[in-house]
Amino acid sequence: MRRNVGFELLRTGVAIAAALVIGFIVTSLVSESPVEAFGYFLKGPFTSIRRFGSFLEAAVPLTFTGLAVSLVFSAGQFNMGAEGQFFIGAVSATAAGILLDLPPVMHTIVCLAAGMIAGAIGGLIPGILKARWNASELVASLMLNYVFLKLGMYLITYHLRDPSAGALVSLPLKETSWLPQFTRNTKLHAGIFVMFLVVFLCYYFLYRTSRGYEARMTGQNISFARYSGVPVLTVMLLIQVLGGAVAGLGGAVEMLGIYRRFQWQTSPGYGFDGVIVAILARNNPLLVPVAAVFLAYLRIGADVMAMYADVSAEMVSIIQAVIILLVTAEAFLAGYRHRLTLKEVKQRASAS
Amino acid sequence: MRAQAEPQARDPILLMKGITKVYPNGLVANSDVTFEVRKGEIHALVGENGAGKTTLMKVLFGLEKPDEGNIFIKGEEVRITSPNDAIRFGVGMVHQHFMLAPSLTVAENIVLGAEPGKGIWFDRKQAERMCRELGEKYGLPIDPAARIRDVPVGIRQRVEILKALMRGSDILVLDEPTAVLTPQETEELFEALKSLKKMGHTIIFISHKLREVKELSDRVTVMRSGKVVGTSDTSQVTVEEISRMMVGRDVVLRALRPKAADGPSEVRLLVKNVDVVRDGTHVLKDVSLQVRTGEILGVAGVEGNGQVELVEVITGLSSCDKGEIWICGQDATGKSPGEIRDMGLSHIPQDRMVLGVASRASISENLISTRYNKQPVSNGFSLDIKAISKLGQELISRFDIKASSAQQPVGTLSGGNIQKVVIAREFSTGPQVIIANQPTRGIDIGATESAHKYLVEATEIGTAVLLVSADLTEVMSLSNRLIVMYEGQVVAYFDEAQGLDEEEIGLYMLGLKRQEPDEVIASMMGRPVE
Ligand SMILES: Nc1ncnc2c1ncn2[C@@H]1O[C@H](COP(=O)(O)OP(=O)(O)OP(=O)(O)O)[C@@H](O)[C@H]1O
Ligand SMILES: [Mg+2]
Repeated sequence: MRRNVGFELLRTGVAIAAALVIGFIVTSLVSESPVEAFGYFLKGPFTSIRRFGSFLEAAVPLTFTGLAVSLVFSAGQFNMGAEGQFFIGAVSATAAGILLDLPPVMHTIVCLAAGMIAGAIGGLIPGILKARWNASELVASLMLNYVFLKLGMYLITYHLRDPSAGALVSLPLKETSWLPQFTRNTKLHAGIFVMFLVVFLCYYFLYRTSRGYEARMTGQNISFARYSGVPVLTVMLLIQVLGGAVAGLGGAVEMLGIYRRFQWQTSPGYGFDGVIVAILARNNPLLVPVAAVFLAYLRIGADVMAMYADVSAEMVSIIQAVIILLVTAEAFLAGYRHRLTLKEVKQRASAS
Repeated sequence: MRAQAEPQARDPILLMKGITKVYPNGLVANSDVTFEVRKGEIHALVGENGAGKTTLMKVLFGLEKPDEGNIFIKGEEVRITSPNDAIRFGVGMVHQHFMLAPSLTVAENIVLGAEPGKGIWFDRKQAERMCRELGEKYGLPIDPAARIRDVPVGIRQRVEILKALMRGSDILVLDEPTAVLTPQETEELFEALKSLKKMGHTIIFISHKLREVKELSDRVTVMRSGKVVGTSDTSQVTVEEISRMMVGRDVVLRALRPKAADGPSEVRLLVKNVDVVRDGTHVLKDVSLQVRTGEILGVAGVEGNGQVELVEVITGLSSCDKGEIWICGQDATGKSPGEIRDMGLSHIPQDRMVLGVASRASISENLISTRYNKQPVSNGFSLDIKAISKLGQELISRFDIKASSAQQPVGTLSGGNIQKVVIAREFSTGPQVIIANQPTRGIDIGATESAHKYLVEATEIGTAVLLVSADLTEVMSLSNRLIVMYEGQVVAYFDEAQGLDEEEIGLYMLGLKRQEPDEVIASMMGRPVE
């Protein structure tokens, strides 16, 4: 078991190194001074406190959507809806933050709950369509993203807009609803505690509760789950709702912690990145924050590189794709692992 | 050019020398195995569950890479790294768990990868003709246009064999081919294998049924814990000697049969006038039966005569179009599998890989699938990890499952040990009613003996058992009472299974004889109900 974990880490490490080498080669092709450019990419997130902060901040929403997708994937369902759930969660939290008058901590909690509920409804719809009519949750959740995007923009534009602002942004959220930020230089905020709590809860749910067990078995072999007595339809519905709630909560945390007034004109893309994070973390909630930090690092590094060197941020998509391919390829380095096993068995045999 | 010795009748066509295979989890499945097969013989390969038989054959077929050892075919050393290589060297394999595409036709499956045709077009007519001719040539008739999912296992197996022959295999490996067959189908298969042998093919045959080994094979190789114990001429050894080589002790399969209760007793399972209609035809027609506490009701019948549907309806996996089902006095008609299990029902499914296990999950996770929300595994909300691993270890040792730990994924166990996981789970929940569909499929004699013992022990504490088996000897020796199914109907009922004539049951199974429907119901339900 221990050897397995060690091997997975090693393999992921080698995959990342290989991807970086490929990334460097690509950089050399497009850049006049590839070493310098690539240096910005690697060191970028560490070049100032502010950048380091924004790199960690970016990992927070990715963790939420990564968890949402992991939950649903674990039950063998698709979830392309985290995008819309995250978005509508942010809109709901914005509405609650502007319209309600509540004492400090209370207000924050209510806003977070509003985001969760909105996201949960976003999961409930494809869940019901699937459970009742066996409609593809993949298609339903994907289409709902547009519904939520337009619905959200409608609410912001016609009901929550700040008329005094030049751009299309909402009124500021009341200060009572904010998640406090820690320092002046960065926007790191108390939402990070909420995030760790949710990471733990997701892990606990999947691996330590009967419901989570039901979900995992449904994901592994649905006929077996049904035969064993698992109410598979209920489970599929529940997991979509939970996934939606987590994504929606992520949107709310982002609003209360970072923006404090709604200013997205379009969906920020965290939902789709959540799919990448879930794949990298192999649906394991405990690995999701690690994968999220990693993806955030790539993103910030790419921004810095694009800013200071003659390479576009899109290059990072190539590196990203290579890493995902290598990490998820089961057979990668399998030969090396087998030689290790063999050596061990022989040692055992000669020792006895 | 190397001078080659004149091939003699006793020349080995296949020699596997010093084969060692270590699985990624460190399990040594084959350890320095040397295995030799002569041209034109039927060579049986036997050994307990997990002895390494399938692994050795997978190495031969290029599905597993050996860590050490060499393979010689017709005297030449060969490197086999994929099934394509194996096929090129004339090796064909019929797997323990079939590998056909269910939605394609028989002909399409047989020619898959070797399609005849003009350019990119698949010539269906020609393919079907070729397949029909092939089947006739080898005494394995098939309907080339039928879809795989519509044909019974016996035919699927023929398709697998023909598929191998189509690719020109002269060394044919059959991994537990008879585990899924009825006695008649087994006879037909043996005829076909014998005629293949006459045509010069070499056959490697894996089986747990030593009677068959004795009947069919020329030589037999025994494996135990990854090693070869020995090879002998089959005529020189007795069944007892073979089993002693396999297990290391004497094994006798005795008819155990629970003592039938006298007089009226509680009915645990009651099926009343059940109809199931699929695609406009009755797959179950007016089926009634009852099983009382402490007894085994055997269901005999050629596979595909409604047994699967009967079991599905009772266990809640599908619903019936008419009729009622009662379990322990509770109405179970139309209830979900979970609700029915809560009434005290256990179910050993016919196909362990489809229903019985989640193969990527660990052994303990598979063992708790029917009690994951009950004490002591769970308090209704959270799982008790300690209790789960304790249960896993307990059941592994009680049911003698060969595994490296309770954390091992079930899919990496040998076929027979996967079946033991299912048996362990279903027997250990204290069921009131057990539906056992082919419970001993693919498990070795020692484990079969134990499985029979568990069934009888369960009846001793009052459990009612419905035993469905294609193995007529098994149903007849274990059951108190017996029904025969034919074309979705109960065509015969015997109040006393002991002393029945196998031949006569065979006539009922083939539909050549039947009792009056009213008579069947009257004599089965005659005794007071509830
Ligand atoms: N993919 C795998 N990974 C790890 N261990 C494996 C794997 N496949 C098989 N094994 C182990 O190797 C051993 C030999 O398995 P094998 O399938 O060859 O047995 P077998 O003789 O065919 O048994 P059976 O009669 O039950 O089919 C078993 O202990 C099994 O658990
Ligand atoms: Mg096997």
